[in-house]
Amino acid sequence: MSYIPSTELEPRVLAGDRRAVARLLTRAESGVDEARSTLDAMFSHAGRAHVVGITGVPGSGKSTLVAKLAADVRKSGRTVAIVAIDPSSPFSGGSILGDRIRMGELAGDPGVFVRSMATRGALGGLAKGTLEVVDVLDAAGFDMVIIETVGVGQDEVDVARAAHTTVVVSAPGLGDDIQAIKAGILEIADIHAVSKCDRPDANKTITDLKTMLALGLTVLDREQWSAKAGSDSTFSTRSTHVAAQSEKVEPDPTFRPEVIATSSLRDQGVAELLAAIDRHRERLERTGEIEKRRAAIAERRLLAAGEGILRDAFARNRTGRLSSLLEQLRARTLSPHAAAQRLLRELNLGGDA
Amino acid sequence: MEPSTAPIRVVIAKVGLDGHDRGVKIVARTLRDAGMDVIYTGLHRTPEEVVEAAIQEDVDVIGVSILSGAHMTVFPRIVKLLREREAGDILVVGGGVIPDEDLPKLREIGVKEVLLQDTPPAEIVASIKRVVAERGPR
Repeated sequence: MSYIPSTELEPRVLAGDRRAVARLLTRAESGVDEARSTLDAMFSHAGRAHVVGITGVPGSGKSTLVAKLAADVRKSGRTVAIVAIDPSSPFSGGSILGDRIRMGELAGDPGVFVRSMATRGALGGLAKGTLEVVDVLDAAGFDMVIIETVGVGQDEVDVARAAHTTVVVSAPGLGDDIQAIKAGILEIADIHAVSKCDRPDANKTITDLKTMLALGLTVLDREQWSAKAGSDSTFSTRSTHVAAQSEKVEPDPTFRPEVIATSSLRDQGVAELLAAIDRHRERLERTGEIEKRRAAIAERRLLAAGEGILRDAFARNRTGRLSSLLEQLRARTLSPHAAAQRLLRELNLGGDA
Repeated sequence: MEPSTAPIRVVIAKVGLDGHDRGVKIVARTLRDAGMDVIYTGLHRTPEEVVEAAIQEDVDVIGVSILSGAHMTVFPRIVKLLREREAGDILVVGGGVIPDEDLPKLREIGVKEVLLQDTPPAEIVASIKRVVAERGPR
């Protein structure tokens, strides 16, 4: 069996050939050097798909809900790709990717493509290479790409820097109203989906979330924002807030995330969730917020790519060129900050791009 | 050309009316602990679903566990579907309770390896690694 060069896969991917898409996804996931120029081409072809992030704690029902949601996206005449992420073992590096178990009903539909990914040490809720995988699926022509994150805790918010619309799934019975006002994962939601609403305690979860959202909209916020909006009509939201940490942006107080009650068991609330996602997309377009989000995602990707180049170069030169630097650091004759500046000069990374 | 860091990808499936998944979960866990990415499809899949999943996931190996006696129906179907999809580079490995006299027939139709119920975990891992190495990069 011979290796198919990535450049040969390129036209096949753009034509939607599933085998070629799948193969290039594997190379995107592993960051294969040989595929670099093809992945760069995918990036330039991408940009059409609506990227939706679905996140929530383990067992909150993300996969099942994603399967139902994807079926509804298909009914609306659109195609959909799903990137389903599960954790890698910190010990063996291996993984059990079980999201497909919940997605059986999507099998055999040529308008659906499901790909499982392992986190491979990434800690923000996404897997290494997730955005390049999204690029390939986008370039292959899928109208919507859903990123289902690994089951997250309170602080893994990378998906908000990757998706245009972020849905946070909360399951009933997992905490009181104090959990609902904490910082972190709940703040990144453009839409809240409460899962398992066939359960009697679901109303409490819905109330907690709605109360939390109402608390976030104070009179003071509104006045400050209107004063600002007078001179500068741009909008900004939670996600750009997260993305551009260096430049704090005011959340748009006229935007309040919807809370949607869903039950995958009873097939309830899924159409409403899709409608809310579509409304959010329309809002992004109407307010020009979509461009801000694209810019924030681009900025994040630039930094991540730079970080990747630096890490690779560091790994290559760790025992060679950089050993004296590391030795001085160990002997405390050089500070980490000073060593880092010398590191960047030593590696001179711009040249061999 | 494929970097050695890319884990071997395996789809593990139960096909048809066979609901016994204790063994297949142990196999999945064993392969995970050997550093592989294991996509588990769950119970009651059709050969068509398994092949489609294997293609979308771009796996190296399809591992099918069968304890129901349907192996002489299921394996030929999976191998045929893979050929039709020009996906012969996806290797098929079987496991479960399979009579000895069927083993040569399964190998003949293209099943790379059959791991019976008494196969030690280390040997399962070694077999998967061997068939993937024999196939080479793709």
